[in-house]
Amino acid sequence: MSHVLDEAYYKQLHDLQAVDFVLVELNLYLDTHPGDEAAIAQYNQFAELRKRIAEQFESQYGPLMNFGHSLSRAPWQWKEAPWPWQV
Amino acid sequence: MWAYEKKLQYPVRVSKCDPLMAKFLMEQYGGADGELAAALRYLNQRYTIPDKVVGLLTDIGTEEFAHLEMIATMVYKLTKDATPAQMKAAGLGDHYAAHDSALFYTNAAGVPWTASYIAAKGDPIADLYEDIAAEEKARATYQWLIDMTDDVDLQDSLKYLREREIVHSLRFREAVEILKDKQDQRIYF
Ligand SMILES: [Fe+2]
Repeated sequence: MSHVLDEAYYKQLHDLQAVDFVLVELNLYLDTHPGDEAAIAQYNQFAELRKRIAEQFESQYGPLMNFGHSLSRAPWQWKEAPWPWQV
Repeated sequence: MWAYEKKLQYPVRVSKCDPLMAKFLMEQYGGADGELAAALRYLNQRYTIPDKVVGLLTDIGTEEFAHLEMIATMVYKLTKDATPAQMKAAGLGDHYAAHDSALFYTNAAGVPWTASYIAAKGDPIADLYEDIAAEEKARATYQWLIDMTDDVDLQDSLKYLREREIVHSLRFREAVEILKDKQDQRIYF
């Protein structure tokens, strides 16, 4: 199944992927440079930004995570398509 | 435990139906240096490696599952509109006979994934060198895959994955240095 979504969906998804890329990079860097305080501050700053972007995305397109990490409206939103490989 | 997020780590777009390219991409799905092997290799090594590098193995191992999902998405998108005749012409007749267009953990030649692709020596330096080699082999494979397609959308996602292998290799090299320092301390102090 493939799903056609509006341009805003792809834009918001891209924003989330971009901030998550920064976080993955900082995370792996900090795993081998645990004393770099500037990098830790940057990591925390991006983690806050990430929370806001994810909340905004979820309010429009449904939960990103299962098992209680995201909230749901009724009916249960988690099982709704699209799944990542369908967009 | 693991948490799942309903999004890809990086976008995967393809500009045409191309089952032959999907066949080649299976090398990174169920091949010796593929993403499944990578994820399982690192996560399995965590239990006996020094605490200092468990975090790194956990994080890279987890990221590899995100890459596995990207490869799956490529294979899925490249084959979803293919007819049985097109699958056959692309050398995926054997695959189609057994799996229709379902994904399966094989390499590009159709050989099923096996645990003998991964190592766990229990010696931290030996294991990390194994991991560095695995990253370099995966990087090389991504380059060959990029060279085999003219689909610029697909190339974009493959280039992203190639760059991730470079970063993983770098981090594993740093992990080796961290453990070597520790070894020296044990010997000299
Ligand atoms: Fe990797």
